[in-house]
Amino acid sequence: MKNSLTIAGKELAGYFLQPVAYVVMTVFLLLGGFFFFALLRYFEVMLTAYSAMQNPTVLQRLNLNERVIEPMLHNLAVVLVILVPAITMRSFAEEKRTGTYELLLTAPIRTGEIVAGKFIAAAAFMLIMIALAGIFPLILVMFGNPEVGAMFSGYLGLAFLAVSFVSIGLFTSSLTQNQIIAAISCFGALLFLFVISWPAQAGGTQFLGLLRYMSLPEHFSQMVTGIIDTRDIVYFVSLIFVALFLTQRSVESARWR
Amino acid sequence: MIEVKNLTKAYGDFVAVRDVSFKAESGSILGFLGPNGAGKTTTMRIITGYMPATAGTVLIDGLDIFTESLEARRKIGYLPENPPLYLDMRVEAYLRFVAKLRSVPRAKIQSALDHVLEVCGLKDMAHRICGQLSKGYRQRVGLAQALIHDPPVLVLDEPTIGLDPRQIHEIRGLIHELSGNRTVVLSTHILPEVSQICDKVVIIADGRVVLEEYLKQLPGGTSLEDIFLAAITKERHDVANAEEELEEVGAGRS
Repeated sequence: MKNSLTIAGKELAGYFLQPVAYVVMTVFLLLGGFFFFALLRYFEVMLTAYSAMQNPTVLQRLNLNERVIEPMLHNLAVVLVILVPAITMRSFAEEKRTGTYELLLTAPIRTGEIVAGKFIAAAAFMLIMIALAGIFPLILVMFGNPEVGAMFSGYLGLAFLAVSFVSIGLFTSSLTQNQIIAAISCFGALLFLFVISWPAQAGGTQFLGLLRYMSLPEHFSQMVTGIIDTRDIVYFVSLIFVALFLTQRSVESARWR
Repeated sequence: MIEVKNLTKAYGDFVAVRDVSFKAESGSILGFLGPNGAGKTTTMRIITGYMPATAGTVLIDGLDIFTESLEARRKIGYLPENPPLYLDMRVEAYLRFVAKLRSVPRAKIQSALDHVLEVCGLKDMAHRICGQLSKGYRQRVGLAQALIHDPPVLVLDEPTIGLDPRQIHEIRGLIHELSGNRTVVLSTHILPEVSQICDKVVIIADGRVVLEEYLKQLPGGTSLEDIFLAAITKERHDVANAEEELEEVGAGRS
């Protein structure tokens, strides 16, 4: 555990020694701010329009959670599909290319500790970034009357999503010494997990049900709507564990080639 | 003490190291010589536990590098062929990181750091970024990294490569001082280096050990260069003869 934290500390500091971390955070927060602004603006227009029409039933149904936070979180999830590979692609690929891999693998530490350290660092980075995006609901709380619980659940969903992405990114990075290949295969895998349920849209057989279960947005949207279901959490946690297990195997196997 | 026993390493069909055995005693420096591509780096990578052998074992102070890997790795300081530096870290931060990885107790990290900066002549470079250092200084940081946990066994893969003559002289002196009661294995293809600082020489060619001898016991009058050339050409002849024999056998069969 101590070794993992040593590696995690070095990795996390390493993100900020390079401009990549700043660029990723800036892009994420700028786009988030833009989504927030655009959705809020639309919400306001609708609010004025329905108030003018004096339609109380529709007005009742207009709420900040559904109209602003939910679509914003869905958009941010898509942004993460692009940004996470940029963060994780270096983790193993770079070490292999520059030869520092030899330092890590000959140090008296287990491969599991190396993987855990890198995972903790990348996950912590994502959590910091998502916490910073917490400014948007904070603004709503200050000036409006949204449901805090539902927003929290949505952000928790986004955090689980980001951490799952990270574990997949680590796995693809462990397979190659080329960062571009690591990034693109991670991107492909994440996108695939996003669309995997498309054939199941019409419902149907058990196989299609399985595809739907494997789909990331399926579980994520549950949490965005404010439902924290253990089934979704189990899904995310098992996804993370499987990806990290495969990473550990892949790092270990490099020794045996 | 390092005992290498019948080490063989195959990458697919290509056999890089064949049945290599030698012994490096504590308090001595072993020079590991060989032409390029002879299997020096492969052997060192196996000794340090970076990769396993296809067959054979390595004992580090009696600990098996495969079955008691963590304990054995704790005893080794290793400078790979390319110094394993994180190019965007500062020298001091990098060495602290390695010290923690090598489980130097927290209270001793500062003194260990000061010590290696001193002996490797890096005092003025502590706050520089590794990526901005010249080749020679990178090599020194690599050496500092290998020494920081005061290991009883040092494995150095071409430690003087890329250095200017004055630096080479300094590093050789340093290695000589360091040996003390440590076991040092260094690979090189610079022959004078071996005659200057090593106690024992192992020559490897085409993945086989062709000579293992104490320098003192080498026949007087002949230079190491002659011995080296004789050893590796003899090896070539042996291989050529063996192949001819095989061909003859094959021809006989057909």
